[in-house]
Amino acid sequence: MQPKSVWQAMARPGFLVSSWPWRAVGYLVSGVVVGSLVFLLVVLLAVAGGGLASVLVGLPLLAALALTGLPVGRVERLRLRIVDAEPVPDPHRVPVEPGLRAWVVVRIRERATWRELGYVVLFAGVLWPLDALVVVFGLIVPLSLVATPSLMAAVGGGREAKVLKVWTVTDWPTAFGCSVGGVVLLALGAYVLGVAAGARAGLTRLLIAARDVGLGERVVELALSRGRLVDAFEAERRRIERDLHDGAQQRLVALTVTLGVARLDAPPGPLADQLAKAQEQAGSALAELRELIHGIHPQVLTDYGLEAAVADAADRTAVPVDVGLDLPGRLPRAVESAAYFVVCEALTNVDRHSGATRAEVGGGHRDGLLLVEVRDDGCGGADPARGSGLTGLADRVSVLDGRLSLSSPPGGPTSLRVEIPCEWDQLTDRGRPSA
Amino acid sequence: MRVGSVDGSRPALRVVLAEDSVLLREGLVGLLGRVGHEVVAAVGDADALLAAVAEHEPDVVVTDVRMPPGFQDEGLRAAVQLREARPGLPVLVLSQYVQRAYAAELLDSGDGTGVGYLLKDRVGQVEEFVDALGRVAGGGTVVDPEVVRQLLRRRRDPLERLTPREREVLALMAEGRSNGSIARRLVVSEAAVGKHIGGILAKLDLPPADETHRRVLAVLTYLRA
Repeated sequence: MQPKSVWQAMARPGFLVSSWPWRAVGYLVSGVVVGSLVFLLVVLLAVAGGGLASVLVGLPLLAALALTGLPVGRVERLRLRIVDAEPVPDPHRVPVEPGLRAWVVVRIRERATWRELGYVVLFAGVLWPLDALVVVFGLIVPLSLVATPSLMAAVGGGREAKVLKVWTVTDWPTAFGCSVGGVVLLALGAYVLGVAAGARAGLTRLLIAARDVGLGERVVELALSRGRLVDAFEAERRRIERDLHDGAQQRLVALTVTLGVARLDAPPGPLADQLAKAQEQAGSALAELRELIHGIHPQVLTDYGLEAAVADAADRTAVPVDVGLDLPGRLPRAVESAAYFVVCEALTNVDRHSGATRAEVGGGHRDGLLLVEVRDDGCGGADPARGSGLTGLADRVSVLDGRLSLSSPPGGPTSLRVEIPCEWDQLTDRGRPSA
Repeated sequence: MRVGSVDGSRPALRVVLAEDSVLLREGLVGLLGRVGHEVVAAVGDADALLAAVAEHEPDVVVTDVRMPPGFQDEGLRAAVQLREARPGLPVLVLSQYVQRAYAAELLDSGDGTGVGYLLKDRVGQVEEFVDALGRVAGGGTVVDPEVVRQLLRRRRDPLERLTPREREVLALMAEGRSNGSIARRLVVSEAAVGKHIGGILAKLDLPPADETHRRVLAVLTYLRA
């Protein structure tokens, strides 16, 4: 198996004859080149931006300075591949909305952006000179030593050669001794370079690759996107409801009016009978459509809120239902909607499965918590796992950080509670039904 | 039965109509014209409705509930507002769905007379619709049978004290029918209907007052139940 990083490569025999020492050199040398360029860029932006800040032209330059971590981070992640075969995940999120503004906002809010800026400062100020130092001592010095005899022959005319510009060698044995020492140092230097490159790569990865700390951010992002999904679902229900109301429903009513007027003019006989039949059919279609629309999203919930909508749902239940819900205001739409559909599902189950003779819907809003409870005097034994539709509703409630709990011992009674933390959307005395 | 008798027996009414669906608005204008009423203004939103009523001083207003700009209950708001500003202005509210909450709010405006709340589906039954419109214009109260049906299903305490026949009578009272009309519908004598109504009023503990007022109170009691 191929080693995946310079560390693994150093732990194996044959490191010196593999490509890894050269990779380490390549990483460090390119680090010097990129680092010095970044240093120049940062100094230029800081000087120009700071100098021009008074005439406003400088401010965008300073802003650009703050974001230099983004391109540098990208280059550094690419460069990291030289000595590290592990993938380097990009720590940045993809903006949800298009456009430069949204992109800048997302980037500014990300911790990764500021970690990268920290890396830029470290890179431009400390790391690239260190890279240079390691390359000099780990590669250039041993190479110069190795080259001593050649220097003596080529430049010194066979009489003398300067070793590292500080020490003059004047005879051949010393020169060859230097050369042998150089080869040994070169071998040692390969390990020094390997260690330096490995440490450098580790530090870089720590600062500019996505970390598990980002997991928390991703969980938050996931929770938010789940919330957005539910909102979108809710908005879509409203849109469908409105489209049906404004479209098909109005046309059907207009049709029954046309048929009604036609009946006025039709002489009694088969034609009038047919018209009456047609009108009756249109009326049935209208009634079915009305029930369908009501099931998608009841208008009374939008107009009057949870209390009235629950009273309406109670009216539609065959088993008599007492409603004792006390809500002197409106709650957030998503909360009202979730609680309403839970109550509807519970009442449907009361009608279908419970064998109850009475049911009760109670609850209210206290201490930032909406509590709604549906109880019946039926036979109990309700199992949420048996596709009663409660599972989906529990998911919907949990998106709002709420809880759905069912108590239904065999023999009854059954009680379904929903609790959702929320604040008043608005307190209103308008249109409160007296139920 | 033909509708000619309706044409003949009822005075022509000047109507202001508010309905945002053009198709249905045209249909209603045609229908009302066909039975001899005059639509003096047909508008598409609540603001235009208020303006048209101020301009034309109609005999009766017919309005949809859900209208621009919010497509919520603008028509109902406008109706309540109109009745507060002009007590006695008859208003018939039409809706795609009927709801006790809306009916209660509408009936609470003014003294509960000259007001109606019907499902739009009823419009197709031209004869009954025109009849209901006439009753509203004449100061009567008309509540959609669907609302009454919702109420009667509740079987709450006061209702449980009524006999099934009394509930039937009450349902027809809520539709704004006269004793004679109720008697014909139930195929009983008018005296029997009077007896049932007496029973209803007694069981509801309604104070003795003039008959019409008590009838309205009886209906209101149930709408608020």
